[in-house]
Amino acid sequence: MKMTELSLIWKDKLENVDRLRMNAPVYYAVDFEIKKELELPVYGYITLKGSEANYRVKITEIKKYEPMPGIIKKTTKKLQTLLKIEEVQDIAAIPLSEFRKEDGTYLKRVTKFSYGMIEEEKEIKIKKFREFTPEEKELDENVRKKYGIALPFSVIEKLVKVKEELELNKKEWDKVIDKVVEKYKKRRVDPYEAVGIVAAQSIGEPGTQMTLRTFHYAGVAEMNVTLGLPRLIEIVDARSQPSTPTMEIYLKEGIREDEEKVKEVAKKIESTTIIDVADVITSVADMSLTIVPDSKKMEGRGVKIEDIVDSLSKLKTYKLTVELSEDRIKVRLPEASYKKLYLLGESIKTLTLRGIKGISRAIVRKSRDSSEWVIYTQGSNLGDVLDLEEVDGKRTRTNNIIEIAEVLGIEAARNAIIEEAINTLEQQGLNVDVRHIMLVADTMTYNGVVEAIGRHGIAGEKESVLARAAFEITSKHLLTAGVLGEEDHLRGVAENIIVGQPVTLGTGAVTLIYKGKKR
Amino acid sequence: MGKFNVLEHELVPEHYLVSEDEEEEILKQLGVKKEQLPKIKKSDAVLRVLERKYGHIPVGSLIKIVRKSPTAGRIVVYRVVVRD
Repeated sequence: MKMTELSLIWKDKLENVDRLRMNAPVYYAVDFEIKKELELPVYGYITLKGSEANYRVKITEIKKYEPMPGIIKKTTKKLQTLLKIEEVQDIAAIPLSEFRKEDGTYLKRVTKFSYGMIEEEKEIKIKKFREFTPEEKELDENVRKKYGIALPFSVIEKLVKVKEELELNKKEWDKVIDKVVEKYKKRRVDPYEAVGIVAAQSIGEPGTQMTLRTFHYAGVAEMNVTLGLPRLIEIVDARSQPSTPTMEIYLKEGIREDEEKVKEVAKKIESTTIIDVADVITSVADMSLTIVPDSKKMEGRGVKIEDIVDSLSKLKTYKLTVELSEDRIKVRLPEASYKKLYLLGESIKTLTLRGIKGISRAIVRKSRDSSEWVIYTQGSNLGDVLDLEEVDGKRTRTNNIIEIAEVLGIEAARNAIIEEAINTLEQQGLNVDVRHIMLVADTMTYNGVVEAIGRHGIAGEKESVLARAAFEITSKHLLTAGVLGEEDHLRGVAENIIVGQPVTLGTGAVTLIYKGKKR
Repeated sequence: MGKFNVLEHELVPEHYLVSEDEEEEILKQLGVKKEQLPKIKKSDAVLRVLERKYGHIPVGSLIKIVRKSPTAGRIVVYRVVVRD
């Protein structure tokens, strides 16, 4: 199913890469031998440090080394092969661990040369929407030509459907389109309408009716989720950690129908620390720490006493002596002091025995339409969870928007903001038009990172000094503006109100010019 | 990391690199300068995947995004690649 092609990976110096880039296409003499028959063209990956591929070159010819004029040599001696390098491409660094060797294992480091396969670009799937049908395309083009505007896709889709259903003739059909375009034009936002203010009012007013409490979900053991106003504030504040991070983890087919298998995965995800299954007792008398495992808790989490002993070896900074006696583990330090003993105790308590960091609980529940089992978690770590084999990465999500921006990109964060905000409002029985929320999300993600609405985010970045001063911390902005000699061109709304001019909104933003008729 | 293709996630819309020839026409159609467009960081997770398809994507390139929209069905927007 996966298209893979064998490529070459070698380590090289930056100066060689630069020479290749300047002179390509060119013959390049290298100090390794290529024994395999390769189908040309072949891609070669160049690693500078030996841990990640930094450049990709297209190789169109491979032959035995012979001295030739105009070739570039990798080294001065032991040259064996000539590669014809067609072009050198800068690529985003690919960790070598993503390359597979022929035996199916992944590469670790390349010191000189290696073969490797990388999942080919052909399988990168971008497409998500269906293509336009010929009728839709024709209609879209006609409307653009005739009226000079583009109708939204959903309208076009509906129009084509209606035409087929009602079997309209050409004349009626034209009339329908005429009316639709007319209505559409009427319903567009007017130029210089203050959409931001309208959005703020539309979200703010229902916001007053929201609950201030953090609710606890009934029925789910020890799980609660921030709802209502606190959650909405959290979303627009772009907090790096929501107060109750949670994930919904969906699983692949074959696992998700079976409760037992899903529970197995949940156990794998839930991180277990030593303090979850054992008590750590500090004994000052003989300067030692004793770990007393709770057998019931250990059984529930599927941890053995040996696992605890193993995990202690992770504490490399300490030279510990570990004694295992029956059901308790004694840990000693070579040069014990009270402080050291205390610090050791603290780091032992939070040692992860298994699971994914940051996820403190994982609960298996039926999905909303009860067709499958889903894992709900407390704590969130999207990057690591998506890499699990059992997880259906397409649907798995978290309520941590910043994490989504990091792992899935800025556009995903925009969608997440919209969904989270709408869901929060709807849970409270409030209906806010999605366009307002979309505007907020667009503004928050405008600069490529998620920014808060407020003085630390988008309001603090306004160009105008007076507008910033009018918002919050007036004196700070005026003072720095004075020191730096900032200018204010009075283009925005707030600054024009301050100086008593008509604001650049609605009719205030346009100038009427009257051209009299010639008599 | 990185075995999962983020473009397959349901929260991620379609992303395409706009070729240089098309850039001018699009900007003319939108009636804006490149700097006025929304931005996308060079290090964005999606760009890392796109670079595998298109090769190097320099700062200043246009990325075409086809979003799913609850009001318009689907909508095309553009972001310009910026340095981190």
